Amino acid sequence: MKEVIKGFRKIVYLSFPPDVSGRPVVCNLARRFDLSFNILKAEISPRQVGGMTLEISGLEEDFEKGINYLKENGVRITPVAQKIFRDEETCMHCGLCTAMCATGALYIDRATREVCFDVDKCSACGMCTRVCPVRAMTVDLEDNGGLE
Amino acid sequence: MATHQVSKTIQEINDRIRKGKAVVLNAEEMTAEVRRLGKVKAAKEVDVVTTGTFSTMCSSGMLFNIGQEPPVMKVSELWMNSVPAYSGLAAVDAYLGATEPAEDDPLNKVHPGRFVYGGGHVIEDLVRGKAVHLKARAYGTDCYPRRKLDKDVTLADLPNAWLLNPRNCYQNYNCAVNLTSRTIYTYMGPLKPKCRNANYATAGALSPLFNDPLFKTIGMGTRIFLAGGVGYVIGSGTQHNPKPPRNEYGIPTTPAGTLMLKGDMKQMNARYLRGVSVVGYGCSLAVGVGIPIPILNEDIAWHTGVSNADIQVPVRDYGYDYPNGVPRVLGHVSYEELQSGEIVVDGRKVQSVPLTSLPMSLEVADELKRWILDGKFLLSQPVDDIECSY
Repeated sequence: MKEVIKGFRKIVYLSFPPDVSGRPVVCNLARRFDLSFNILKAEISPRQVGGMTLEISGLEEDFEKGINYLKENGVRITPVAQKIFRDEETCMHCGLCTAMCATGALYIDRATREVCFDVDKCSACGMCTRVCPVRAMTVDLEDNGGLE
Repeated sequence: MATHQVSKTIQEINDRIRKGKAVVLNAEEMTAEVRRLGKVKAAKEVDVVTTGTFSTMCSSGMLFNIGQEPPVMKVSELWMNSVPAYSGLAAVDAYLGATEPAEDDPLNKVHPGRFVYGGGHVIEDLVRGKAVHLKARAYGTDCYPRRKLDKDVTLADLPNAWLLNPRNCYQNYNCAVNLTSRTIYTYMGPLKPKCRNANYATAGALSPLFNDPLFKTIGMGTRIFLAGGVGYVIGSGTQHNPKPPRNEYGIPTTPAGTLMLKGDMKQMNARYLRGVSVVGYGCSLAVGVGIPIPILNEDIAWHTGVSNADIQVPVRDYGYDYPNGVPRVLGHVSYEELQSGEIVVDGRKVQSVPLTSLPMSLEVADELKRWILDGKFLLSQPVDDIECSY
């Protein structure tokens, strides 16, 4: 039964203020809360503001505890799904973005041949926003410590 | 060739369209129909097959006239939303090309450039009904004294505006890969190093010139769907190759025939005319084109029965070969394989990535089909052939 619930998996974006970015907090997700994480993207600005996209998996209640722990330690959390948008009116379903999407969140439905966007797989890397010929994709990470 | 079991004329088909009795299928439906009934029966049953494509077509642009307001002007330089247009024509005529970037665009100075706004975007904005800033300068003459003009115009303000595309609807095109060790940014989209994606651009069995590969019905004067309005084929396009190598279906195995198209922009719909930005390459225009094919006999029916498996696309390296003019072809893959999402190049599996929108191509073919079924769109008899040999 435990294994079934262990399928809980979420991609979140963490932003670290300068006083937090130097401390080891993310490793405690594994140590204290039995969560696994996969670092999809991590960056640190010259002013020590950190940003990290994490794919976290484990028990849902452990996930909640882990997220609360991060928040208590001054890390701001945003689900990636709230950060990336596709303008459905603008997308012309050409398929170009599917070449650059590393996580397979953008893919072509073989039956309808439309470009589908599975936001749960998206790591908000921003590649699609750079290559989309009609700029249908937008990533909004601007309110996270000024990181682009 | 002289004797066909089925023989119809465009007049007869038009009579049936007027009476609402014409049988019209899109090119995908026709592929299934020819397979089901055979070419003779399909030719008897079906009157028109509609094709469609919606893809970036760089050799596109807008020929327009801005009208005069006294004192009159002979324009020598002209910009639309800061995008330069060519005005070396009569007093207030100009041509705006789809790939012309805005004058202050940083281009590829920081590589790869974004090419946010260019000629294609101006065309889309005008068709959307948006106002565009027109700036014109002149040296002044006795008959045309005005030196400057600055005003906002909409499409309705322009006395004439035609989409005039020197080369559209390329019959077959390369599938692009990159064999170098760095990512490159091409007009075929970004290509990852070491052949990790293969980008292709064609609507396959829906594509106009795969359904009439020998130009038996498409010629100068063929009436078409052009970006939501009525347009015409006005001849072969630039780089038209009448003698390509062909497979047993008559389908070229290299880029081959092209069409020059013209249509009144005032009838068009921005859904089928989109300004595009190709990262690291430039601006362009995606155009929706639908061409009706009259099923005059069983040979034409057989050609419209083309399936994705019958179309072979050449795979070429855009990392070294293409920029250096090396004509090497790495191999051919069928359009069916490309559509499966994965092809094999040099023994390795490579993700295949479309640049042509198939849902939009199908929508174009279906929209043209609806026009014909509604009796709004009649077929035209070409006034001249497009050069082609087999």
